[in-house]
Amino acid sequence: MKEHIKIALVGQPNVGKTMLINAIGKSALHVGNFSGVTVEKEEITFEYKDFIIDVVDLPGTYMLSEYSLDEKVTSNFLREEEYDIILNVVDATNLDRNLQLTSELIQLDKKMIIALNMIDEAKKENIEINSNYMSELLKIDCIKISASTKEGLDQLLATIVKTHSMKQMEPKFVFSEDMEEEIREIVQCLEEHQYPKSLSHRYIAIGLISENSEIYKQLHDKPIWIYLEPLLLKAHKHIKIHHDENAMLDIMANEYKAYIDGLLSLTIKIPKKIEELTVTQKIDKVLIHPILGIPIFLSFMWLLFQLTFEIGSIPMDYIDAFFGYLGDTLGATISNDELRSLVVDGLIGGVGAVVLFVPNIMILYVGIALLESTGYMSRVAYLLDGFFHKFGLHGQSFIPLVTGFGCSIPAYMSARILKNDRDRLLTLFIIGFMSCGARLPVYVLFVGAFFAPEMAGNVLFTIYMGGALLGLVMAKILKLTVFKGESEPFVMEMPKYRMPSVMLIWHTVKTKTWLYLKKAGTFIAVASMLVWFGSNYPKNLELTEKYEQMIVKTEDKSKKVELTNQLNEELLKQSYLGEIGQAIEPLFEPLGMDWKMAVALQTGLAAKEVVVSTLGVLYSLGDEVDEESSSLIQRLQEDIPFASAVAFIIIMMIYLPCLAATIVFAKEAGGKKYALYLFIFTSTVAYLLAFIGYHLAL
Amino acid sequence: MKLPDCKIGEIYKVKKLYAEGALRQRLVSFGIIKGVEIKYLAHTNLKSNYEIQIGKISLALRKEEAQKIEVE
Repeated sequence: MKEHIKIALVGQPNVGKTMLINAIGKSALHVGNFSGVTVEKEEITFEYKDFIIDVVDLPGTYMLSEYSLDEKVTSNFLREEEYDIILNVVDATNLDRNLQLTSELIQLDKKMIIALNMIDEAKKENIEINSNYMSELLKIDCIKISASTKEGLDQLLATIVKTHSMKQMEPKFVFSEDMEEEIREIVQCLEEHQYPKSLSHRYIAIGLISENSEIYKQLHDKPIWIYLEPLLLKAHKHIKIHHDENAMLDIMANEYKAYIDGLLSLTIKIPKKIEELTVTQKIDKVLIHPILGIPIFLSFMWLLFQLTFEIGSIPMDYIDAFFGYLGDTLGATISNDELRSLVVDGLIGGVGAVVLFVPNIMILYVGIALLESTGYMSRVAYLLDGFFHKFGLHGQSFIPLVTGFGCSIPAYMSARILKNDRDRLLTLFIIGFMSCGARLPVYVLFVGAFFAPEMAGNVLFTIYMGGALLGLVMAKILKLTVFKGESEPFVMEMPKYRMPSVMLIWHTVKTKTWLYLKKAGTFIAVASMLVWFGSNYPKNLELTEKYEQMIVKTEDKSKKVELTNQLNEELLKQSYLGEIGQAIEPLFEPLGMDWKMAVALQTGLAAKEVVVSTLGVLYSLGDEVDEESSSLIQRLQEDIPFASAVAFIIIMMIYLPCLAATIVFAKEAGGKKYALYLFIFTSTVAYLLAFIGYHLAL
Repeated sequence: MKLPDCKIGEIYKVKKLYAEGALRQRLVSFGIIKGVEIKYLAHTNLKSNYEIQIGKISLALRKEEAQKIEVE
């Protein structure tokens, strides 16, 4: 039996925690250069020598406070869960800020290791760190590492094992003398009354003095409280007088700062400040320029959508040809007509239609990953906050919203970085207006069918931006009606620009593309077959025979084709799906849609990719008869009027993202009823705007 | 003087914070406490948001928050 070591990975945002996990565990977690990428604690497990190491990656937090959901996850975990060692990752180039959290962690009185990450960058900046002396002073092992160059990782792992087997050392953190005196008195009181030691007495004492509400909650209804209260009152009074400051928060920050400054003056050498602009500041001179900033951002977005369409369309023909070939070859080996139709029209047709868009999706994901990992995303939040604020949103809503262009699910989850519940709910409600990657295939299909090729990229850009703007307007309406009240303050770190790591971006894109393909192979494949079944059954032999006799009788070739198409149309109409479609057709008639489009939209409630495969199945039946309309795009061009296509696109832009996303939404919003609200809200808006769009385009 | 009245590129000392609860916690967690030096770096087009430097980090603030920081 191998022994387990459970590690709690803690650090401030942007110190490279997730990158460290990737480097030591070779896992493929998502890494980002933005406050709040790790939205939920993630766990990875790997083997090292005779041990199995579980690492829990906790959300980055500046201090152990209780204000944001992320911070709560981290502090609750550290205080209440079982683990062996705290691995505190700090940015070696910014120690005085990072050690603030470290000082709070030390008070938890657990085994601890400090990883001085980004040591390669520190060297470049000529920062010399005497980590041995630092270890000695803190009585905590401080290991120099670099997650990106993999320097020092072996030593870190060895230290984890060593620390695990050793007895815990008494931490050496000292406050100012008057503070220590008050701590001693409270600890003594706890000892005297034999208060249980599930948390160390020193930790409780410090918690009480620093006004930690969780610690107060634990103690204030216990009998010991009557002895503690007078002690605390006296302690607060003394400390406040001594510090000439009223806010305990500031006093504690000062205490920590004093200790850190002392520690750092002994252990690190920083080159004298030269009043020169850093690379980041130079780049920021341009990218967050008061006037040019927003136009530059918009051009980046425009470029991204152009690339998505232009480059993405290059391999499309090959993929299309491949699935055509696959269908023909496989079809030839199946003698049973029914089975062949199921495989070729249902399975290959449906899955092929979805796989076709993999290149587009990969490019979009690369773009979003770049935006995230370089640090540009937070600049955009800064640039847009003023504008967003007018619509009742928060600059940081931008992150979940942009993530929403990739997929709504992580977007809903990343909305947790918003601390205020109202702001978070509001953001959750409009994430769906940001068209996700799964809607892209539908847009590419329709834009390809109804707009000139040279316009396609621009139309795509308009669809995405139009959706986003509509989202803003909706936010304003919701803010004025449902979510009235104070907004959350905007205080956000803008991290250093970092060169995106090709490996990490590839990791992210690969994982997401693989998920998309997996969905195509499983969920979409089953859905395609269901749609195929629904559109092929029940069979109607009478009808078939009647038409076949007519076809045999006529000599005229074009008449034959026409009759065959008529037969297919009739058969489709009386199929299960046709029945359903016709039942709901009246609802969609004002939008100029026929029952096939109506059915496609319904299947889109399960997942947006299914819309394409449904259209693929519904419009590809009878393909083999009519050679002239070989591709789905051409069939759509022939069968669907322009105005109806516009209405279809508008509905696609607005209504519910997909079943999975709706479930996550309900979870994040805090109840099933919210999913119902979202359904009613999006469906109503989608229907009304599609109606308007249809009549404008007529 | 309040932060929005400052000059771009100058360094100031924090004198007082007019914030409570979550906002104060947030500011303090970034090291904005009495006596520390901050540098005023930039503002957005309509002066709705401000960028300051504290130690080695850049911090973005909204006007409402910037007004709660008194410097000298």
